Amino acid sequence: MSRGNGLRSLGTGGRPALLVTLALGVLWEVWARGRSASTILFPPPSVIGATLAKQAVSGELLRTVAATLRRLAFGFVLGGIPALLLGLVMGFSAKVRAAVDPVVAAAHAIPKIAVLPILMILLGIGEAPKIVVVAAAAFFPLLINTMAGVRQISPIHFEVAHSYGASALRVFWRVLLPGSLPQILSGARLALNGGLLITIALEIVAARTGLGAAIWLAWQTLRVEELFAALVVASLLGVGFNATLIRLEKRIVPWHSTPEI
Amino acid sequence: MSFRCEHLSKSFALRDGFVQAIDDITFSVRDGEFVSIVGPSGCGKTTLLKLITGLLQPSAGTVVLDTVGENGRPASALVFQEHGLFPWMTVLENVAFGLETRGVARTERQERAMAFIASVGLAPFADAFPHQLSVGMRQRVGIARAFVTDPRLLLMDEPLGSLDAQTRLLLQEELLRLWTRSRSSVVYVTHDIEEAVLLGDRVLVLTGRPGRIQGEITVPLGRPRRLEYATNPDVGAIKWQVWKMLEQDARRSLSMSSTEATSSEAPAAP
Repeated sequence: MSRGNGLRSLGTGGRPALLVTLALGVLWEVWARGRSASTILFPPPSVIGATLAKQAVSGELLRTVAATLRRLAFGFVLGGIPALLLGLVMGFSAKVRAAVDPVVAAAHAIPKIAVLPILMILLGIGEAPKIVVVAAAAFFPLLINTMAGVRQISPIHFEVAHSYGASALRVFWRVLLPGSLPQILSGARLALNGGLLITIALEIVAARTGLGAAIWLAWQTLRVEELFAALVVASLLGVGFNATLIRLEKRIVPWHSTPEI
Repeated sequence: MSFRCEHLSKSFALRDGFVQAIDDITFSVRDGEFVSIVGPSGCGKTTLLKLITGLLQPSAGTVVLDTVGENGRPASALVFQEHGLFPWMTVLENVAFGLETRGVARTERQERAMAFIASVGLAPFADAFPHQLSVGMRQRVGIARAFVTDPRLLLMDEPLGSLDAQTRLLLQEELLRLWTRSRSSVVYVTHDIEEAVLLGDRVLVLTGRPGRIQGEITVPLGRPRRLEYATNPDVGAIKWQVWKMLEQDARRSLSMSSTEATSSEAPAAP
């Protein structure tokens, strides 16, 4: 299994992170094969790896991941675009912020998965209600970060733009957007990771495809190694998202460096 | 260009009332003149510059400019303190910004900006971002950005503040050189008395809050100015004169800020 190489390219911690991960894997392997643990409840990494390999060959792995990523992608776009637009407006206008903030705070506190039943009544039992739930989960971190991103732009930058006679449109493209971009990207990172959690959670409750469904099926049939395999895939997806966004961030906001963890 | 301020006043609303930033300021600047303004901290110097450029509207009084911008040449440009650069733009983009807003075509504005970047010695850093530069370099970028638009009036808000003494001297020379070439009028705000005297044709001394004009001193030094003038006995005498005007206010604001500090700390004490 090419886990070492994968982590080296995906992870951001370099060699020490790789060593820690490998050491934990070895510990787990030794412990799981020892007499104190049950291999049925805690399959060793080698068994999980073999399960993953089998699923990869049969195409099941790809189908499962694709189903999850599809829901996540649609939800992310559906929730992300309004979050971005509203976040920019709320960051810029104190009046809009004061008017909308209480509603946002209240809606943010609702566990998104809890609205799934209501959405299923409204939208049926297909993909639509699931995507809306993912969208709601992606919406809030992006909204809040975008708003904070706009608000932390120093007023002096707007003054400079005005003093050089910049039009409103130019202020938007040259000050407002780039000024808040680093925070927007952190928001996108949170939205993507939060969205993945919610996608898997709702697949456990209400889907027949995807990682969550695979986890639930594995549990019901007590194939624990498949359950762990799904967890490994989920965590690798998370690592992949992070690494990709950090790389993206370095490219599109080169003036800003985020601590990489 | 020449302009004048007539009975300018500005007050800001606070939660509990108003604070008067500047009060009844009247002065004029002739075409091509370099006027320094010194005053104790918090005397509304920055407010005054913002009123002149129109970033702020006066509570009372007027600013009369003898012309408006023409032929792509702006009436005025403001050099901000070091934080004024856009962190997300390269040095080149920052300097070209004033041209960009005036609709100058890309190649032309890059050419013109590069010329000024080179003249402040930053050509190798044209593609660097502000955070990669030292404070002194950033202030040179800020100065280049204002000069490149060729404004008829330059307003500078402590453009060399927060610099070490050596860098400051070098940049004063650079600034004088650029200004000599441009022949624009300058209003130069500083808290450094020597700088005010060495650079200015006239020094306006402001009082502490609210800022009022306390006095005006004409500096009898020729042009072009040289930094050796610092050793000129006249300069010493003028500095002393300016200091005598400022002294009382400076002492008062020092004691005020120390009582403010203790009173604001008091409620936090257990």
